[in-house]
Amino acid sequence: MAQFTRGFGGRRRESNPELPPGQYLTNDFPVLSAGPTPRVTRDEWRFTVRTETGLDRSWTWDEFTALPIEDVHTDIHCVTRWSKLRTHWRGVSVDTLLDGIDSAAVSAMAHSYGGYTTNVPLADLLGGKAWVAFEFEGAPLAPEHGGPARLLVPHLYFWKSAKWVQGLVLQVRDDPGFWEQNGYNMHGDPWLEERYW
Amino acid sequence: MTGTPWLPAHVVDVRDLTPRSRSIVLEVPGWPGSLPGQHLDVRLTAEDGYRAERSYSIAGFGPGERVELAVDEVVDGEVSPYLVRDIRPGDFLEVKGPLGMYFVWRDADPSPVQLIAGGSGVVPLLSIARARAVAGTDQPFRLLCSVRSPEDAMYRDEIEGLEAAGVEVEWIYTRRAPARSARGAGRVRPGELATLTWPPERHPLVFVCGPTSFVEYVADVLVDAGHPALRIRTERFG
Ligand SMILES: Cc1cc2nc3c(=O)[nH]c(=O)nc-3n(C[C@H](O)[C@H](O)[C@H](O)COP(=O)(O)OP(=O)(O)OC[C@H]3O[C@@H](n4cnc5c(N)ncnc54)[C@H](O)[C@@H]3O)c2cc1C
Repeated sequence: MAQFTRGFGGRRRESNPELPPGQYLTNDFPVLSAGPTPRVTRDEWRFTVRTETGLDRSWTWDEFTALPIEDVHTDIHCVTRWSKLRTHWRGVSVDTLLDGIDSAAVSAMAHSYGGYTTNVPLADLLGGKAWVAFEFEGAPLAPEHGGPARLLVPHLYFWKSAKWVQGLVLQVRDDPGFWEQNGYNMHGDPWLEERYW
Repeated sequence: MTGTPWLPAHVVDVRDLTPRSRSIVLEVPGWPGSLPGQHLDVRLTAEDGYRAERSYSIAGFGPGERVELAVDEVVDGEVSPYLVRDIRPGDFLEVKGPLGMYFVWRDADPSPVQLIAGGSGVVPLLSIARARAVAGTDQPFRLLCSVRSPEDAMYRDEIEGLEAAGVEVEWIYTRRAPARSARGAGRVRPGELATLTWPPERHPLVFVCGPTSFVEYVADVLVDAGHPALRIRTERFG
């Protein structure tokens, strides 16, 4: 039989089938980022999609928030082990942002104000799976949680939901971003526990 | 799946650091060694198969199959009270790591280093300071430790001994200061951070670790003081 840890298990958190393995439920919204919060005002904010051939499509805050906005009800899972169930967001679907773009890309690099990047396969960004969100629980997204806007890819660990996002650069290979070069998994599926490499 | 496997480990030594924290030394056959500042995941399995996992920073660094952790008790927590109160030499658990390539110091980097710890956030920073002492390099190093009271200072003697290795050490007491301290107790203030840490003009690499609220506060004050965001590395213990 497998080995066990003597005397452990007296206190235990209830297991919850809604949670991926190794996650615990939190009712707070913990902050996680590698550095301080960059300060970006809505006036200076721009969102840009750049194709692998260098063509840009760009929106100001007003243009962006005039795009079709979707309500997203979802659970979120952070690689540092907290999960939060039934959160509500509003934002623009990545399908809308990439609609009609001519590209042979397989992946996108999300770029953030503050310099961070993370790579996400297009298969995980398209098809109603990902948004650029600017509202959380009915209020504008707070800067420490990635406001003005963050990527929201809730079926992957939350570091892929790049805070302070300013653009997507389409890439023909799934090259690693900042986090992935620093030890995090290339894909990040919480149900498969793809935390690190 | 993830590339780093779970490794079986046994406790070889435990030592109380403060009334509510202790260091735990593990023997991990096949441990690949770690860089200063990295962490690992611990997995505990109860007799009936129930499991819990948590992340802990590695207090040591470098090669070898001995891995030192230091755990502070979260009173109503599930795992930390077990690690601080119950675990003893001979006990079995599993570890996965080392993890994280960002909250890491490399001795070839000539930048001055500022370490800022809140509570048990000192663990990965001690690892970095130990690495600096062993490397014998001459980067200017400063360590600012914020603790509740003198009795809550993990590794106090060792940290004070770092001064001899060229690491300047400063203490902030948030709840109760030593009797003869001029400052008294209270959370670190922006003006104090400016005098107790390297100024932005020296272009330090800053490592901040501890509870989320502490890390957020300190990082914000440092940015306000003119430190570039990309020179401040943070790790939050939740
Ligand atoms: C990268 C990293 C490195 C770390 N390094 C260290 C280290 O070196 N030393 C160290 O001491 N710690 C470290 N930590 C923190 C450590 O991982 C644990 O979070 C800590 O030990 C608490 O675990 P616990 O099981 O005792 O508490 P938990 O049971 O996880 O509880 C933590 C808090 O959350 C609340 N909580 C959690 N789940 C529930 C629930 N279901 N219902 C109600 N309340 C709940 C508890 O009330 C408690 O206040 C590190 C964390 C990270 C992410």
